[in-house]
Amino acid sequence: MPLLELSGVDISYGGVRAVRDLSLHVGDGEIVALLGANGAGKSTTLAAISGLVRPSAGRISLGGTDLAALSPAAIVRLGAGHVPEGRRVFGGLTVRENLQLGGYVLADEREVNRRVAAVCELLPVLAERRAQNAATLSGGEQQLLAIGRALIARPRLLMLDEPTMGLAPRMARTVLGLVKEINQQGTSVLLVEQNARAALGLAQRGYVLSRGRLGLHGDAAGLRADRRVIEAYLG
Amino acid sequence: MSQLIWNGLFTGSFYALVALGYSMVYGIIRLLNFAHGDVYMLGAFIGYYCLTLLSGVTSGLPALLIVLVVAMLATGLAGVGIERLAYRPLRQAPRLAVLITAVGVSFSLEYGVRLIAGADPKVYPVRLDGQPVELLGARLTAEQLVLVAVAFVLMGALHTLVMRTRAGRAMRAIAADPKAAHLSGIEVGQVIARVFFLGSALAGAAGVMAGAYYGRIEFLMGFVIGLKAFTAAVIGGIGNLPGAMLGGLALGLLESFGTGLTGGEWRDVFAFGCLIVFLVARPQGILGEKAVVRM
Ligand SMILES: Nc1ncnc2c1ncn2[C@@H]1O[C@H](COP(=O)(O)OP(=O)(O)O)[C@@H](O)[C@H]1O
Ligand SMILES: [Mg+2]
Repeated sequence: MPLLELSGVDISYGGVRAVRDLSLHVGDGEIVALLGANGAGKSTTLAAISGLVRPSAGRISLGGTDLAALSPAAIVRLGAGHVPEGRRVFGGLTVRENLQLGGYVLADEREVNRRVAAVCELLPVLAERRAQNAATLSGGEQQLLAIGRALIARPRLLMLDEPTMGLAPRMARTVLGLVKEINQQGTSVLLVEQNARAALGLAQRGYVLSRGRLGLHGDAAGLRADRRVIEAYLG
Repeated sequence: MSQLIWNGLFTGSFYALVALGYSMVYGIIRLLNFAHGDVYMLGAFIGYYCLTLLSGVTSGLPALLIVLVVAMLATGLAGVGIERLAYRPLRQAPRLAVLITAVGVSFSLEYGVRLIAGADPKVYPVRLDGQPVELLGARLTAEQLVLVAVAFVLMGALHTLVMRTRAGRAMRAIAADPKAAHLSGIEVGQVIARVFFLGSALAGAAGVMAGAYYGRIEFLMGFVIGLKAFTAAVIGGIGNLPGAMLGGLALGLLESFGTGLTGGEWRDVFAFGCLIVFLVARPQGILGEKAVVRM
């Protein structure tokens, strides 16, 4: 049984259908890329998995549990981590507080602080800036913080929404390297990327969304070689 | 002169207590809760009935302190109830709909209390008119001193809670970015309810104190203080808690000096003149910052 499974999912915003009849899955330990043009429904799909919007039809399950009745917080407790588009770190709060908030679902504050220390070890740049207002970090540092924050809860599935958007190529490589490392330590990844080449380089499989519908999907290697994908995304 | 400072600090501490709730609620759900002043009124009335009940048992300051706690709990729960019934169903609704609902809640509280307690002002059963002592040229009573101290302790406790605890961190996170707060596993609805509890409890405390200080309460007493607390919150930078405390105290002092110079009937002119000046010249308030957006 796959870790994450969507079957026949429809999502609409006030009557306007953003995603139609979408079925996909992420297996244990996989990296799966979700590709598509702007407005294709990628972020909407992640929002539905996290419980921020509710599908009007279909079923989403994580680890076999149907998510329909669960609050976003309950979905986090079940093992979903979501690094949103645009990073969305908590401005006005320190880097350390941002990381601690990632562990909100844990009642034990000492355990949270142990995990914060562990993430700081993984991402030393955050350790240096621990006491700094998160809003003063550079875009790349904010992205690392947003990922670090999601890691504190030790998710089984990490969803990243365009984590390299707006970053310099070097920083983008750092971020994708981090994603790979996180995956190698056993976390499954659903990666939404504009940069299809990089995403398909990292992922084992990929899905292409176009205007809310599932288009091509399959092996990353196959997609990378597909003429239609090359024309649309790899240019 | 010292008398003016003292009077200003005293009323300023009520304003600050009410302004804190105003500012917290605005900070977390971006709602100008026009019913907040009426929660203060509710506190004053709950205090009134409790004091009347207690009148045979104890009186004076001890009674007042017990009643303060009871009124805080009761108004805190009332705040949670108001949020649950009136505001939560409108979480996704346009801002204006919620604002109008707040005005409706305000009227419901005012005329609900009028229905129960009547329209005539009530004389508060406890007055802060113990033996006045002379302190640095100001005449004040021990009871007044204790109440101001209580107000400051409450503000200090709130500040510690918001800045140093897990619950406070979650409140600030929601204020900064509710969507990211959801994704971090924060039970946003629960935290918002807590904010309403705290803010309403502080307003209830201020209501009891004001009843004891002014000696008279009536069902419309929350209207003007609601506007003043809003003014104090704007002066301090709305959503900013130290700002709300500072704004409340500053407003109290300003009014006290203003009326000292020109007479009591000008008091509200000073307060709202101040609001206008701030809205025009420095809408982000003394401590408010412009939002920082970075890539
Ligand atoms: N909150 C919203 N309200 C209404 N429509 C939305 C909202 N968010 C996204 N949409 C619409 O849903 C579609 C999919 O958007 P989105 O999921 O953000 O696409 P992507 O992440 O692939 O760029 C778009 O047409 C967008 O305009
Ligand atoms: Mg998107």
